[in-house]
Amino acid sequence: MDRAGAALNRLPRWLVPALLTLPVAGLTLFYLWPLGTLFTRVLQPSSASDALHTPGLGRVLWFTLWQAVASTVLTLLVGFAPAYVVSRFRFPGRRALLAAVTVPFMLPTVVVGAAFLALLPSSWHGTAQAVVVAHVFFNVAVVVRLVGAMWAVLPTDLTAAARTLGASPRQVLQHVVLPLLRPGLWAAATVVFLFTFTSFGAARLLGGAANPTLEVEIARRATQLGDVDGAAVLSLLQLLVLAAVVWWSARWQRRATVQLGGGAAGGRRARGRAQRRFVTAVAAFTAVVMVTPLLVMVSRSFRLGEGWSLRAWRTLGTAEVRPGIRLGVDPLASLSTSLRFALVAAVLSTIVGGLAALAISSARRHGRLLDVGVTLPLGTSAVTIGLGMLITFDTEPFDWRASWWLIPLGHSLVATPFVVRAVLPTLRSIPADQRAAAATLGASPLRSWWSIDVRRVGVPLVAAGGLAAAISLGEFGATTFLTRSGRETMPIAIARLLGRTGEIPRAQGFALATMLLAVTALIIVAVERRGLLDADRS
Amino acid sequence: MLTVRDITVRFGERTVLDRLSLSVATGEVVALLGPSGVGKSTLLRVIAGLLQPDDGSVLLDERNVTELPTHRRNVGLVFQNEQLFPHLTVAQNVGFGLKVQGVARAAAAERVAELLELVGLGASANLHVTKLSGGEAKRVALVRSLAPRPAVLLLDEPLTGLDRELHDRLAVELAGILRATGTTALLVTHDHVEAATIADRTITL
Repeated sequence: MDRAGAALNRLPRWLVPALLTLPVAGLTLFYLWPLGTLFTRVLQPSSASDALHTPGLGRVLWFTLWQAVASTVLTLLVGFAPAYVVSRFRFPGRRALLAAVTVPFMLPTVVVGAAFLALLPSSWHGTAQAVVVAHVFFNVAVVVRLVGAMWAVLPTDLTAAARTLGASPRQVLQHVVLPLLRPGLWAAATVVFLFTFTSFGAARLLGGAANPTLEVEIARRATQLGDVDGAAVLSLLQLLVLAAVVWWSARWQRRATVQLGGGAAGGRRARGRAQRRFVTAVAAFTAVVMVTPLLVMVSRSFRLGEGWSLRAWRTLGTAEVRPGIRLGVDPLASLSTSLRFALVAAVLSTIVGGLAALAISSARRHGRLLDVGVTLPLGTSAVTIGLGMLITFDTEPFDWRASWWLIPLGHSLVATPFVVRAVLPTLRSIPADQRAAAATLGASPLRSWWSIDVRRVGVPLVAAGGLAAAISLGEFGATTFLTRSGRETMPIAIARLLGRTGEIPRAQGFALATMLLAVTALIIVAVERRGLLDADRS
Repeated sequence: MLTVRDITVRFGERTVLDRLSLSVATGEVVALLGPSGVGKSTLLRVIAGLLQPDDGSVLLDERNVTELPTHRRNVGLVFQNEQLFPHLTVAQNVGFGLKVQGVARAAAAERVAELLELVGLGASANLHVTKLSGGEAKRVALVRSLAPRPAVLLLDEPLTGLDRELHDRLAVELAGILRATGTTALLVTHDHVEAATIADRTITL
């Protein structure tokens, strides 16, 4: 649209502020304020120095760092071959393989933790290796998706050119492919590092008391030791590390980015016997690695002692395992609690995220700033969000800690950025000429916005709502701080059950994790069908 | 000397090349003419080893190379859309073949400088290839393929995408360079004038 036309056909001035009222109010009250409260705690010098001088802190930091680095390096190595195969070849079952790789990444961390508790021998429980292995499993999707996306657009003739110049396959990889994939490798490494550095659910279940990550330590201090100040200091410390990593990696990525020239790219059938074997082997191996832990977890829910039994599933509905013996957790009640919370969180984040996305796409200036603002909660760990809410909403007139809605609200805080990310590409892809066409047909700017933009967000918004529900169902970090006994969500109940020693509670934990897995996987597959996740990554 | 014997290539049901034979003498420049879709580029890919033929053989200086991987054939290929390595400078692109073939650094630098002078790009050695104009990129692609002294140089429509005037000027330049370096070359084109300007002999498919 040219400038003169744009000036004449502007949307009313009040529209963007009106759309933003609810998102900004919500973000300020439930995100910025708690975060502010958290950090004013830290600014009291005594609490800061106390927390930083606690014995064992150095060990926690060191463990958090090295397990994140090890997980990142291993994930890159493991994900490299599948990224190549998925992006360069067409073969039967390619989409299924991609789904098998992607689903674990979107699964609740507690489910991944449970799967590896089921898979790994008990001598591995509570070890650093267990944490790293689970992290690799969880994050392979990041490498396959990000590196694969770059690999898919690498012109095939570029590597052919290197070969005609005399480069052996290894030299082609070293001198042409790797340098050109570097931005994707960096992006993947950054994302995996951020996820594993702030790992909570899987680390808590698998690392045990001996190997706490920073997140696990924050939660332990706040909820078990009552050392809120110490926890706040550690949250800030973590936030600083994360900000530094993001800044550093963004600089590197920009420097490594190259423009690719023309030429055909993308997948083709494998040629020759050796290549066909290689593709089949990588695809089969990847599929087995991605599916086995989950299958073992499901099967463990049917095992008691040496035999098979439905007992764990049958007793899910009662808090009593045997007459008079209670576990303190009601597994089936946690399912209904989780579903209820997920519904509320999905509705909340769909409304807030939809309004924010419309505002961002309609704003003439500051659109980018708004975009970043809405995405902020994504950069804050769920544990930090939960801790902030815990210490902020405990005094009159804001004593909401006993209110049930605080938990789904926390969930929607985590989910809203995803909703915005999911809806924005659709809005941005609407050609300006569509609005121009509506205007020439006699529609006012507001009218054409309503009938073109707003109408268009319906479908992606429903899919995004599904995504928000899945996030809420699996949310563990923030919930840990806000949960109350008798109102456990599924992830909390799973963690409690698996933390017990008895056979039945553990089998019940696996059964509950199986249910959570089924519900989440269904939602992911439905959303993925809409192509929403791809749009999210573009 | 390049000899191609009874090359047959099928893509599924479609036979693209059917028992094609031709030869190019050492130092000779041959143009392969024909409309698009007759398998000219496919033949170049077979000679370069980027595509396995369903039947037939490729001989380079009497040696059967049909089973040899591309990087051991010593065959240069100039691509239609250059395929310069976007992460490298002009000099690094031209020196790529020498580097991977283990030529000593000083000798390689000397050869690169000499070739860049040949096409008048000596001053652009340290430029990134993404900064080059269309004609400059074509020149870099040409000398990149010449650098490792290939037994035969294959050119796949190397001058398409240029405006008329630049195209004609580069065609003359290319003919001169191929003669000056004594290169054995097989050129694919659909342009009769271009073929007549550059080649000693023309084969129509």
